[in-house]
Amino acid sequence: MLSRVANSIYWMNRYIERAENYARFMGVKFNLILDMPPSEQEQWEPLLVANADNHLFYQYFDSPGRDAVLHFMSFDERNPNSIFSCFRAARENARSVREIITKEMWEHLNQVFLRVQEESGKKGWKMDEWQDFFNEVKMASQLFYGIIDSTLTRNESWHFCRLGRFIERADKTSRFLDIKYFILLPSIDAIGTNMDLLQWSVVLKSASAYNMYRQAFRVLRPEDIIYFLVLDRHFPRSIYYCLFQAEQSLMAISGKETKGNKAIKVTGKLRSELEFTDAAEIIASGLHEFMDAFQKRNNEIGAAIYETYFALKPVESFNGGAQHQG
Amino acid sequence: MNQASFAGYDPGGFYDEMFRADGTVRPEYAYLLAQLEQIPREDFLAKQFAAERALMSMGITFNVYSENQGVERIMPIDIIPRIINGEEWKRLEEGLIQRVTALNLFVDDLYHDQQILKDGVIPRHVVESSRGFLPRCMGLNPPQGIWCHITGSDLIRGDDGGFMVLEDNLRCPSGVSYMLENREILKKSFPEVLEKAGVQHVSDYPTRLLDMLQYLSGKAAPTVVVLTPGTYNAAYFEHSYLAQQMGVHLVESSDLIVVDGQVKMRTTSGFETVDVIYRRIDDTFLDPQAFNPDSLIGIPGIFEAYRNGKVALANAPGTGVADDKVVYAYVPRIIEYYLKQEAIIPNVHTYICEEEDSRKYVLEHVEELVVKEANEAGGYGMLIGPKATKAECEEFRKRIQANPRNYIAQPTISLSRVPTHTEAGFEGRHVDLRPYILYGEKVEVIPGGLTRVAMRKGSLVVNSSQGGGSKDTWVLY
Repeated sequence: MLSRVANSIYWMNRYIERAENYARFMGVKFNLILDMPPSEQEQWEPLLVANADNHLFYQYFDSPGRDAVLHFMSFDERNPNSIFSCFRAARENARSVREIITKEMWEHLNQVFLRVQEESGKKGWKMDEWQDFFNEVKMASQLFYGIIDSTLTRNESWHFCRLGRFIERADKTSRFLDIKYFILLPSIDAIGTNMDLLQWSVVLKSASAYNMYRQAFRVLRPEDIIYFLVLDRHFPRSIYYCLFQAEQSLMAISGKETKGNKAIKVTGKLRSELEFTDAAEIIASGLHEFMDAFQKRNNEIGAAIYETYFALKPVESFNGGAQHQG
Repeated sequence: MNQASFAGYDPGGFYDEMFRADGTVRPEYAYLLAQLEQIPREDFLAKQFAAERALMSMGITFNVYSENQGVERIMPIDIIPRIINGEEWKRLEEGLIQRVTALNLFVDDLYHDQQILKDGVIPRHVVESSRGFLPRCMGLNPPQGIWCHITGSDLIRGDDGGFMVLEDNLRCPSGVSYMLENREILKKSFPEVLEKAGVQHVSDYPTRLLDMLQYLSGKAAPTVVVLTPGTYNAAYFEHSYLAQQMGVHLVESSDLIVVDGQVKMRTTSGFETVDVIYRRIDDTFLDPQAFNPDSLIGIPGIFEAYRNGKVALANAPGTGVADDKVVYAYVPRIIEYYLKQEAIIPNVHTYICEEEDSRKYVLEHVEELVVKEANEAGGYGMLIGPKATKAECEEFRKRIQANPRNYIAQPTISLSRVPTHTEAGFEGRHVDLRPYILYGEKVEVIPGGLTRVAMRKGSLVVNSSQGGGSKDTWVLY
């Protein structure tokens, strides 16, 4: 497969996953507000901080009010991570590989983008309209994966789709956990109270993990929740699961002979470290610190994938590579 | 119930494709007309709306640039098809095969012995001063001796209904994706009519194109790619569509590299050899080493690989000489010279400004003529005398006198019209026709083509960049 094409497919999927998670972040935030006693101040800044969008935000806005944050994260073209920007980038990537992906994939992304573009011009949003919109975005992304699942041959394109999706998802799940860290409890005494657990349940819901968690553990305990979202072997949004799947796809792309493949090396290393970590250790090292370190390592995986598969290489370094191609 | 009605339809003194001058319907349109007259107007509008909607959601768009912001537009489709009867088509088919066969011989001759120049059929300097003539192609032997693999010649009908060739496109004729998608859309708009009217199908074009491209390589399973300038090209949709339909890679220049004399593409597992390139970029952007040392685009060394027979290019570099509008004027003589036949489809009468008598006539009659620059396309660099101001005519007079080689003139022809949906009901709009001819093991004409429509009332300009739309083209059995 062409390196340029692989790159576009990978990013197309990262952007879709990103848009979905932004919708999840904001949708869940609403739920949280509705559950809070009216005396509580609405906290919108944590959304920005957890996604590292705060610096850009303050270049354009003075304070993180509800409308400003929601518009900035949904439609602002100046924000490269806004839902609008993500869908636009995903569609542009799809456009450049239309001959490789299926007609259904392209048409779906095209329609979704046109729809988001239409919504972006709308003024005077009510709370329920935002809710509907975030839900629509989430469904658009889920439908996209369904279309891939049922139309795309399990070839290299499919694996680059999965790669993009899982690397991005691992990053975002870690940020859901960070949100919990950034949302302030009214006082230190509130730890372990109803409000604390309420926030934890919201974190679970934002990752569509609430029901699955309940089935596995029943009782809401922070330690188990952290285990479930970071280390669970079977839950499709847990960080471990994402890395395991990414690693599988990398091996499917490059074959069993993986010596000298940096992408596989760094992914496998991080995955196996997680495999032998437990939730108590994560808490002991500090949840935020752990997530921060993870996000850095996950970015290194992204860089290694770029270097291994996408970067334009000069002729010399490829002469050897051309020999053992399958 | 308010039917979609043709009651007040006025052919307006033009050759109308659906109605004869006496108002009776032509037989090839009879079935369609009967059906259209039974459809309530709202239903017709719903079909028209659905067609436009489908183009947008399928992303069948072309890019228009203003400043640095790209705008995507759909080329509007009018769902009333343009119909050509089988007998008339057969003649067109023969005429197009004849024309392309002769042009291929002509290009091959130009880059070898130049017998046609030695025999004085075309003045040598006309060829040598043509922008499309590439001296670097001298002595080149393209695979299977084919130069013009894909041709789209533009045809028009004048007042008497006879078809004429308006111009030839031997470089990278575009629009074939619209031919294919328009048919898909009409299958939804008028499924019963399509079935009952007996329309020849065009849907195997990608298969035929791939067969032709593979034929150019000596290998059993050659690697074929489509080469595009990229997503910002106006015709990008078509490039990607054709690659997708053929199931081949769509590559950009930066994906290709010449290694040890072979053209390779950069893949996730190293370099892979490329055998055949259907290129949709201009000759001179192919290879900076061969054509344009200052250019940053292109694949250094690809021309050398081509010359050495390591890769096939479709169309061959150098065919653009036949797109020159002065060379066009000589095509009937070219056909006669190589095939000893009279041209089956005539040219539009053309005044070659370089010839003294013609120039004199043109200078005296600019106001009545269409004047064209030799190397322009897309409706640019041209003067439509009857619609031009006095100053514009004067300007062209000066230009012709300064550089007669660069101009031709033709009488203003009122293109034929087809009923088209407008806000005011059905009205006649002027059309042309671009059929597609493939030259592989044999020369084949696809039974259909792209009918372009000047959507603006009274306009004769069908180019998509200037408000043109399109219609599906039905060729009957």
